[in-house]
Amino acid sequence: MTGFENFAFSFLNMKVMAQYLPQIAQGFVLTVWLAVLIVVAGLASGLALALVRSFGIRPLNWLIIFVVDLFRALPPLVIIVLLFFGLPAAGLGLSGFAATWLSLTLVLMAFSEEIFWAGLTSVHKGQWEASRSTGLTFTQTLRHVVVPQALRITIPPLTNRTIAITKGTALGSVVGVSEILGASQSAMSFSANPSPLMLGAIAYLVLFIPVVAFGRWVESRFAWKR
Amino acid sequence: MDDFVQAFLNLDIISQASPILWRGLWQTLLLAVMVVPLGLIGGVILALLSTAPLRWVRILAAGWVDLFRAIPPLVLLVFLYAGLPFAGLDVGAWGAVAIGFFLNTGAYYGEVLRAGIDSVPRGQTEAARSTGLSQAQTLAFVVLPQAVRNVMPDLISNTVEVVKLTSIASVVALPELLFQARQAQNVTYNASPIVAAAVAYFLLLWPLVRLMSRLENKAMAGRG
Repeated sequence: MTGFENFAFSFLNMKVMAQYLPQIAQGFVLTVWLAVLIVVAGLASGLALALVRSFGIRPLNWLIIFVVDLFRALPPLVIIVLLFFGLPAAGLGLSGFAATWLSLTLVLMAFSEEIFWAGLTSVHKGQWEASRSTGLTFTQTLRHVVVPQALRITIPPLTNRTIAITKGTALGSVVGVSEILGASQSAMSFSANPSPLMLGAIAYLVLFIPVVAFGRWVESRFAWKR
Repeated sequence: MDDFVQAFLNLDIISQASPILWRGLWQTLLLAVMVVPLGLIGGVILALLSTAPLRWVRILAAGWVDLFRAIPPLVLLVFLYAGLPFAGLDVGAWGAVAIGFFLNTGAYYGEVLRAGIDSVPRGQTEAARSTGLSQAQTLAFVVLPQAVRNVMPDLISNTVEVVKLTSIASVVALPELLFQARQAQNVTYNASPIVAAAVAYFLLLWPLVRLMSRLENKAMAGRG
């Protein structure tokens, strides 16, 4: 075999790829499903925390800040490992899927809370005062005046952060989730050939290149003129 | 409560495991000191290419950045560590981590620094060139310092991400903090070493996280 044939046999082996395609396709579906669940729960809880924080209840805010700092400082893989291998000792066994989902949701919650909060505080005080003095209630002001303005500046950093955390679904492979990476790794050890891993990498590109391009577009679309 | 302390904050077990946890922490710091500069070097190269005068160079650089932002770092690492040997290229755990971080974090730093370079007004370059500075001098003494200052919050936040990311090296059996903690947990059947590792990561990164959120709030308030 020539060098290229050798390379093709190892990395682009169609026979092996075809054999393990169904497994990796299942992994693809699982990755998408996991990612969607993380994004929905993470952003919703992040926004909720930021709104609670805006009421300015001191001890509660300290708690929120601590939780947010905690999940911004801990590596996601450490949280996943802790939840997966640690919680059974507390009588709470989580599946690999649940542990990965919960960990990345907490991480996204922390990052998005910080971004939402920065967005809320960036709205000028005068906006609050003007709305309240025209007779809007606190919640009406929040809903119709502050949140719409805050969203605009939060969208670009939020998009990028969400994309980066969603890619963390690959960490699930460490605790036995058969998402794309997990499925391709087990296919690789069964077939003793790295082509499934190639296929997995391609699957990630198919999934994330459009997402990254979308993030780039959002960034330029919402960019503030300097 | 006692059960909880036994399972998660068992001081006996933590002190037994402490020698290997310290070794792990040391390896993590070593890794960070290696991969942050590697990523920065990759980032500066990519940022310069993404702001090059030639259109096709800019397009290629943007494509490269998007490619490595789309592939999860763990996938890249597993590929380098477990895939490359099939091509007769065995780079080992440290080699795989170095290459993987160069490619992945280089792309992220590149994107941050590109935004920084774009934020420096053209007049700065024109003025520097017309006072007789060469192109390289202009870049090194006029454009890059301002670019770096403008995107400092993003650079710090990216660096925190990179340090956190070193934990994935445990997957390729590089004996850093998380790997050692898991070893200790395997031997003792107790989660306390992992809790101890988590505390170490938190203490290491908390000051940077605090700094980051202050800088971010300031940056956003400036725009509002």
